[in-house]
Amino acid sequence: MKKSHVTTTINGEPVEFLCEPQQTLLDVLRDELNLTGSKEGCSSGDCGACSVIMDGRVVCTCLALGVEAEGRSIDTIEGMAEGETLHPLQRWFLEEAALQCGFCTPGFLVAAKALLDRNPDPTETEVRYWLAGNLCRCTGYDKIVRAVLSAGAEMRGQ
Amino acid sequence: MDGQTRDFKWIGKRTVRPDGVDKVTGRANFGADFSLPGMLVGKVLRSPHAHARILSIDTGKARVLPGVKAVITAADLPDIPSEEAHFGEDPTDFRYVSHNVMARGKALYDGHVVAAVAATSEAIAEAALGLIEVEYDILPHVLDVEDAMKPDAPLVIEDLITQGITPTPKKPSNIAKRIQYDLGDIAAGFKKADVVIKRRFTTKPVHQGYIEPHAVVASTSEDGQSLVWCSSQGHFMVRASCAKLLGLDVSQLRVMPAEIGGGFGGKVTVYQEPLAVLMSRKTGRPVKMVMSREEVFRGTGPTSGSVMTVKIGATKKGKITAAEATLAFQAGAYPGSPVGLGCMTAFAPYDLENVKTVGYDVVVNRPKATAYRAPGAPLAAFAAESVLDELAKALNIAPLELREKNAAREGTQAPYGPRFGVIGYVATLQALRDHPHYMAPLGPNQGRGIASGFWMNFGGQSSAVINVNEDGTVVVTLGHPDIGGSRASMALMAAEVLGIDITKVRAIIGDTHSIGLSDITGGSKVTFASGMAVVKAANDVTGQLRARAAMIWEVDADGVVWEDGHAVASSTNVGEFEPLSLAQIAAMAAKTGGPISGHASINAKGAGPGFGTHICDVEVDRETGRVTVVRYTAIQDAGRAIHPSYVEGQLQGGAAQGIGWALNEEYVYGDDGRLQNPGFLDYRMPVASDLPMIDTVIVEVPNPNHPFGVRGVGEVPIVPPLAAVANAIEDAIGVRMTDLPMSPPRILAALEDKL
Repeated sequence: MKKSHVTTTINGEPVEFLCEPQQTLLDVLRDELNLTGSKEGCSSGDCGACSVIMDGRVVCTCLALGVEAEGRSIDTIEGMAEGETLHPLQRWFLEEAALQCGFCTPGFLVAAKALLDRNPDPTETEVRYWLAGNLCRCTGYDKIVRAVLSAGAEMRGQ
Repeated sequence: MDGQTRDFKWIGKRTVRPDGVDKVTGRANFGADFSLPGMLVGKVLRSPHAHARILSIDTGKARVLPGVKAVITAADLPDIPSEEAHFGEDPTDFRYVSHNVMARGKALYDGHVVAAVAATSEAIAEAALGLIEVEYDILPHVLDVEDAMKPDAPLVIEDLITQGITPTPKKPSNIAKRIQYDLGDIAAGFKKADVVIKRRFTTKPVHQGYIEPHAVVASTSEDGQSLVWCSSQGHFMVRASCAKLLGLDVSQLRVMPAEIGGGFGGKVTVYQEPLAVLMSRKTGRPVKMVMSREEVFRGTGPTSGSVMTVKIGATKKGKITAAEATLAFQAGAYPGSPVGLGCMTAFAPYDLENVKTVGYDVVVNRPKATAYRAPGAPLAAFAAESVLDELAKALNIAPLELREKNAAREGTQAPYGPRFGVIGYVATLQALRDHPHYMAPLGPNQGRGIASGFWMNFGGQSSAVINVNEDGTVVVTLGHPDIGGSRASMALMAAEVLGIDITKVRAIIGDTHSIGLSDITGGSKVTFASGMAVVKAANDVTGQLRARAAMIWEVDADGVVWEDGHAVASSTNVGEFEPLSLAQIAAMAAKTGGPISGHASINAKGAGPGFGTHICDVEVDRETGRVTVVRYTAIQDAGRAIHPSYVEGQLQGGAAQGIGWALNEEYVYGDDGRLQNPGFLDYRMPVASDLPMIDTVIVEVPNPNHPFGVRGVGEVPIVPPLAAVANAIEDAIGVRMTDLPMSPPRILAALEDKL
């Protein structure tokens, strides 16, 4: 099948790629662009491990096509730290031990960033419902929720 | 050095884990993140039938499809003899592992692999699977233990003779094994009882639910050396299994441990790894195989479903006089359910004179059951701790008090034989009594339940190497995959013994060619066994450092001691010397005999048994039947918490898994024997909005057999929740739920029955 040419922005940088029309955005990120930080856990939009922020919205890349990236702006886990400086969410995930195996972690961080970008002061319940699309089997979510709340507080200057 | 009591510099500190930054930045490489040039995509064809004779497999059309490089069936795998394999908590048999990897003669469950292909793209591989023609003769299937134990049941394995019965049966059956543990005189015990409660329980298979699907890349060079990258709970297990199943020398396989995205027991065996190796050997090209989520559910091991009967008797004063359990566990298609462990653990928290537990390991047309966190124990504890709760109410004694009256202590004989050494069960009960949760008021439609759990914990073979770098930093190489932060605790133990700053210590996992054999990560062994190896290797290093200092000072080696990261003269008699730091000695290593490297390869004995007690508050919506856990506290004896955050994480994660098991998770099969919910949408694991914060209390009753007092931690926390939730529901609505999951339809039905 003829490949499509896609021009997009990933982590602030212009990116071009060729992809097959049926190829998911997740496969493009992982297999074509070597951005393997986004994980494949289910391919059905249920686990959130492949989450990215596309034009400000959290998207499961397993449910998006590569061609849909045309003209969009995509933020992946690989772009979350700025140079050597970790995002406060990344630091708080480490401080609070909010990961065990770490496989779901990129998806949680991306989803949590999207939450704090639009709601800098979420309640615990808001954090829990916002992250309900991300599955973690290791932690029981306790430390993840705490890390997001702590990062939010830090980012608000508290 | 007395590691049990002294103050620590690093043990107990909440440091950032060595692999942490890689995992929050997306850098960490898990099983599916690895690729090689020229790599083929491997895919398997799975049986759509629960039980079917394979009459023929025609791979002709698939083989000639352009881009297809290999097609394999059972005919390509050697027919290996029966041989016991010890990887997980329960022994298995390499022959059965081989048959599970690729069906022989019969497909034994929906999802059983019958063929595999390797092709130049995923689309071609998928197309090739569609061209493989399998002729099946569909056979009657059997899914549940009671049906499978009937004399006229369809035979899953046609020559299976029950073990553990005398005389040995002549006729084959689906009962692979009968197990019995006896203590005292059970009949006499029940005669002494004033109250006897007997109940029957059922549970459904649940999946470990790790978020990372199984993934492997195998590459074979022209000299027959295969390199394997995969995530597993034991790269030495992968090596041994591939060697056995393919008839290779162990040294022909080098297995690189990828980061592992959860396992919980589900990655203690092989599935597609031998197939990837075989196809890479046949094609001379790297082969990558990654399971879909549906394949994970259909083809990899859930834990057993079960039917259990528990009977407990006690005097009016609350002294238990006898406890009896009969457990029948689904093994899946091949023998080896954890029913023996269920028998051992069911009543282990209690000091009992008369105990009888009988277990049946029953094969059925389901995927082979695999270990899941404290295999067998959560099911057994669900039954035992539910009956205890009912018994307490019948005796008008608080459930906590009933447990206190009968608690196992040092010297108590466990129902499976040994006497306990120093254990912390009573300490967990006391911590519960002291916790504000215990007396907190409850709201309307809320109830509170408690339950305890036990796991014996494991030791085993473990290797560690500590290399001292020329600048005084050190690298700790370990042999067990790090599944939940073990590199952090190993680094802490090394820093503690060496007396250096934690930032000077890096911990990594070595591949099978670079570190001595180490058993799987499982059984709650790594912090204990690997920790012992690390401490021994670190002591080896400090011994060498002392010898080097003695050489530099030109004194006897006995005259030098290691204190706080420095070689120090043991007394002024030895001489007046400025202490030498590890870094100073390391810098002079070349002149004093060469590199400094400490090694340890051990078979760790003396794992300290673990006990936990959980308390759970639920709220029941009487209109929908939905149960919400509103407050939860998990208390556990960790012996010594090396890194408390990751101990808490184990308690919280285990509790969450147990809550999912109790309330929602189950394998749903149709009458056709096909799995109906092989996805996360319909297999409902807890999400963040389902759960409250999970409070934890770490009790520390040090294990005298470990240099720092460590007990295994990971398994115990999944043992109490099933009963804790059931007991809380009973407290809320007055109905004893005996069938899992306690999902909304079941709760509604129970409420309607009560009216």
